[in-house]
Amino acid sequence: MQVRYFAWLRERVGTAAEEIEPGDAATAGDLVDALIARGERYALAFEDLSAVRVAVDQEMGDLDTPISGAREVAFFPPVTGG
Amino acid sequence: MDAPTSTTVSVQTEDFDISAEVERITSANREIGAVVTFTGLVREITGEGPITAMELEHYPGMTERSLREIVEQARTRWPLDAVRLVHRFGKLAPGDRIVLVIAASRHREAAFGAATFLMDYLKTRAPFWKKEHGVEGPVWVDARESDQQIAARWGRSGL
Repeated sequence: MQVRYFAWLRERVGTAAEEIEPGDAATAGDLVDALIARGERYALAFEDLSAVRVAVDQEMGDLDTPISGAREVAFFPPVTGG
Repeated sequence: MDAPTSTTVSVQTEDFDISAEVERITSANREIGAVVTFTGLVREITGEGPITAMELEHYPGMTERSLREIVEQARTRWPLDAVRLVHRFGKLAPGDRIVLVIAASRHREAAFGAATFLMDYLKTRAPFWKKEHGVEGPVWVDARESDQQIAARWGRSGL
């Protein structure tokens, strides 16, 4: 699936989007755990999960949102538009 | 039956012309008796001191979808003849326009209410992120708890 990062999460991970094989990750939170295991940059990006928001297939969700069958999961900080 | 609300949502780098946007809405529907516009600007002085630029990032696709959902929410609450949302992204300077909300209705209560609601919801739901460029270098703007509290006054329906 396509995993996308925005704002400081994008900067910390070092990429805006990447193709990730979710393996047995059932929820967005499971996917975060799998990403953190990939290395330091991910650990830094996800060090404070209270500051991380999730969208699954462009719908707002949270770390408990199921991701099976999802095409796109995005991680980003709380929004600051307007 | 009432005509459907005319809704237009734009996410763009270009500036917008408030008068032209209002004229487009009102010339198309002579039933409209009230138009409320809100314009958000880049402030030069923030909590961290003066800034030289503001950068706005967004989530293409999801942004447009979330703005249309916010408009749908407003339509269930007020009788609206037209809604127009424009949100800019990219690099902006102090004084530049960032966001435009226009709510048009027969009477003022709906237009005022919807414009306020649209901004409150947009600030807490639309996937935009601001980065300020100041003397300390670039800094991502933190979300404000007060914005969440302001949006909460509309209740949790539709969340």
